[in-house]
Parts: sequence; structure tokens; C-alpha cells
Amino acid sequence: MQKSLQIEPEKCTGCLQCELACSYRAEGVFNPAKSRIKVFNFHEQGRFVPYTCTQCSEAWCMHACPVEAIVLNEQTGSKDVLTDVCVGCKVCTIACPFGTVNYDQDSKVVYKCDLCGGDPQCATACPTAAITYVDAEHTGLARMRAHAASAAGIDSSED
Amino acid sequence: MRYVIIGAGPAGVIAAEALRRNDAGCSIKLFGAEQEPPYSRMALPYYLIDRIDEAGAYLRKSADHYADLNIEVAQQRVGAVAGAARTLTLECGATVAFDKLLIATGSRPLRPPIPGLDLPGVRSCWTLEDGRHIARRASKGAAVVLMGAGFIGCIVLEALALRGVELTVIEMGDRMVPRMLDQTAGNLLKQWCQAKGVKVLTSTRVEAIEQDGGRLRARLDNGAVLGADLVISATGVQANIDFLAGSGIDTDAGILVNNRLQSSLPDIYAAGDVCQGRDFSTGEFNVQAIQPTAADHGRIAALNMAGRDVAHQGSVNMNVLDTLGLISTSYGLWMGVAGGESAELLDAERYRYLSLKFQDDVLVGAQALGLTQHVGVLRGLIQTRLKLGKWKDHLLHDPTRVMEAYLGSTQAIGHNAAAL
Repeated sequence: MQKSLQIEPEKCTGCLQCELACSYRAEGVFNPAKSRIKVFNFHEQGRFVPYTCTQCSEAWCMHACPVEAIVLNEQTGSKDVLTDVCVGCKVCTIACPFGTVNYDQDSKVVYKCDLCGGDPQCATACPTAAITYVDAEHTGLARMRAHAASAAGIDSSED
Repeated sequence: MRYVIIGAGPAGVIAAEALRRNDAGCSIKLFGAEQEPPYSRMALPYYLIDRIDEAGAYLRKSADHYADLNIEVAQQRVGAVAGAARTLTLECGATVAFDKLLIATGSRPLRPPIPGLDLPGVRSCWTLEDGRHIARRASKGAAVVLMGAGFIGCIVLEALALRGVELTVIEMGDRMVPRMLDQTAGNLLKQWCQAKGVKVLTSTRVEAIEQDGGRLRARLDNGAVLGADLVISATGVQANIDFLAGSGIDTDAGILVNNRLQSSLPDIYAAGDVCQGRDFSTGEFNVQAIQPTAADHGRIAALNMAGRDVAHQGSVNMNVLDTLGLISTSYGLWMGVAGGESAELLDAERYRYLSLKFQDDVLVGAQALGLTQHVGVLRGLIQTRLKLGKWKDHLLHDPTRVMEAYLGSTQAIGHNAAAL
């Protein structure tokens, strides 16, 4: 059973430790601007919503890539960017309907969540268990994926 | 089942792979016209700046990829298709029979009717061979005239500028990338390029190109004459359909298809730049000639060819460009619709622009300059036709909150999101 990130926004306090842990793991710096996970602030309601790639089975980013720089990690199910293959064309950033592949103007390649290879640091860092790493079945993943499929009317059962 | 695919670009390769996933035992032949392994034209600019070598442009990196999938790849140009007989003729004279055929022959550069366009030293930037040629000629300090500041022109522009050439860009439209950006964005992009030392002339045409000893001379319609070591023509593309004359396949600007990507002959399908497929936003059938649409087409055409009944809902027209570090993006009906509202944010000094176009409370188009974070959500909002409700009002005040509008309106963030 593959695992996936479960996000429970009502437990999130907006402390941003997930963003710091993520950017440190991925880039070696404490810089929320480089984090793969992002906490969105609904200040009118006093709510915070952490959000990152759902590793959707449609993998819009992977299919849109012209140079095979995004590949499926068979172990975790994540779609990983090969930074030495990515040319920086950014087609994946406009193809991902969730907005979770971003371009980094410093490194000139794109970046996205890779589940830290199976040990997601956002979940480890979260002090309130708003982000947990659990069996994929429990996260409503099927529904998220159905939603992703409806985005382009493509039957997702092919793979 | 014998599948034949003409065209070894993204649409053809993705289709071949999807056919194999759906039918382990079928025969798949893929014909490419160029003497190269299947590669991506999108990668050429990165080849020109030595970011990648030629292999870095290949669509698939493993040398055994096609053999492993038992996909037979042949570098042979197809001369003609006999639709009723279900055969095609290669230019070398051989005949190939098929049960089902996918035409994914892509497009080629338009050649505007300008005297001198066929002089040596005038080049498109379309094939890997063009790339090799430009890499030899566009050395540091060389004078280069680039005809066309459309999508391809702008991609090439960046590569040329980074090679250190003396670059002049000639665009007949009144702004840069007129088919992707409005006046505001297209003119800001022009200012940006000029501030970076690239000369951009809009509302200007090249009238003739002449030989001038070992160099070239470009005559402009404003009377000016530009000396050039190299002239690059990037004035648009046209579908590769000429070889289909007499095939029985109906064509217009591209191959006419239904929403199964099936041509007027039921065993023949089309995908990618050569296919006049459905546009998600307008419902009309036109040639988009963009990479994500080629990928959509390839996959959906293959599923239908393999006997699955999968409707193509239409592809959202979308583009992203990086022009000397300024990233521009456009989606769908970026020019807006009659009676629809707009949200706009402009900071011209910082070259930042975001424009959202609504029809009722649904996002139907968008443009951005300088946006690199979460930009894809614009596609999600457009393609799910998400009713934004109160979030539309928030976006009219602050269009940057597109991710919040998406998260606040959907359940895609998990089982508790409905509480929002």
C-alpha cells in the first residue's frame, strides 16, 4: 500500500514549520519561497490550508513534459523532477491544474513535491498533525483523483 | 492489429506508448521524417544555449526505449496515404499496410512571400538541423535579424540574446506575441526586451532579404536596411497536410476530426499540430499547435484507436514563455468574452501583470507576466469550469488569490475542505 499526505486544514495553525522543513530538505535553506508545500492564508476566516502536489494519477506534469524530465517513483508513487534533465521550459507548470509545479528562476528548473522519497519532512515537522503521511486509502485520494480526471474528461483508468 | 503512426514528435510517441499499454500484442510502426531519434522542438532553444546536448532534446532518454516497447521506429518520410486501400507509400518507394493509422506529422514554418527568403543564411529555427546551423552562425557579436516575435520567435529570441549576438527583432503585429498577449502585456514584454539590449521593431515588416557579399541585408518597410550575418524566420507554422492530397482524408487548416480524433476515414486518426481538434474554450475545431495539446491528442487518439471510447473534451489553449527572464503565460480566452468581467493587476515598473477574464462566475481566460508560482491553477479553474461564487468578488479585488479561490471552492484538499 502506497502512502500519501493527508492534510487536515482545520488542525493547521499557520506556523509554517512545514514550509521551513520542506525548503531545508529540498534546497538546504530555510526559505518558505522555495518550499514545495505552501500554507494558504484565509485570513477573513482565520483559517490556514496547507497544500501541495497530490501525486495525481493523471500526472499532467509528467505527460506534458517534452523531455522526460518528470518520472514516476515506483516506490512512493510520487512524480519526481529530474533536475539534470529538465530544460526549464515550464510547460509542466502551466499544465498542472493544481498549480503545484513551480519554476525556480535561480536554478532554472522546475520543482515539485517528491514526498521526500518516502519520508515527508512537512509531516514530521507539523506540530499539530495537520499533515500526516498515511495509507493512501485514508486520504480521500480517490476523490481527489476523480476530481483531477474530470478536469480534462480523460478516463483515468488507463494506467 | 497493425498500427502505423506517421510523425515522431510528442503526439506520435505518446500515442505509440499508449497503444502498447492497451494492447500488448499489436504491431506498432512509427515513421519520422527527420534523420534523428524522436526529439522535442521545444528543447531546441536550450540546445542553442548549451544547456543540453542533442541527446538532451530526445523525447525519451533510454536508447532501448522503443525496442523495449516493441515499437518499430523508422526514419522514413511518408509520401502518400491511400485511405481506402489502407496503405501508405514511403518516399523510398516501399508500401506499408495498416489497420489503423495515426497522422501526427506536426507543422512546419510558414514561409512568408518575401524575396530572398531562400538565400543561404536565412533559416528557420524548427529542426535539430536548423539548431546546428544557427549554433554555427550565431556567434558572439554576430548581427542577427529575427523575423517574428510570436511564440517561437520569442523562444528563439532568448537563446540568441544569451549567445551574445547583436539582435534585432522585426514583428509585423503591434506588440510582441500578439496571439498570446494583449496590448498591455505584449508592450511590456517589448519594453523589457529593449531594456535588456534587444532591439524590437513592432508594426514593421521585412520586405526583402538580399545578399551583400558574405553577409545579408534586410530591407524593412520603414525604409531602413539592416546588415545581418544571419536571418531567422519565425513567422508562424502551418500543418503538414500536403502529402494527404488524394488520400480521401478531409482537411482544412489541419486534418478535420471528430471528438474521438478520428478523421473523415474511420480507421485514420490525427493528433498534435496537424490536427484541427476541439478547443475547450470555444468548442470550435482549430489547430492549436502547442505541446500540451499534442500530448492530450496523442493519448486520446491512441485510446480510441485501441477500441476504447474516450471523448476529447477539447484542449485549453495555453502558452508559457521565458523572454530574457520575464515569464509570460496565457490561457484560454485571455482576450475576454463579451459581457464578461475582468480582474487586472498591473505594476508596469516591475513588469508584473495579471489579468483574469470571467464569464459569469467562471474563469475563462488569463494572462500573467512575472508569475511563476502556482500558475497552473489557472488551467484547473478554467478547465473544471469551477463556479467561483463569492470567490469571484475576492478575485476582482485581488486577482493574485487564485490558489485561495481554488482551494476555497473545491474539495480537492481532502475530506475536511468542505468546511471551508
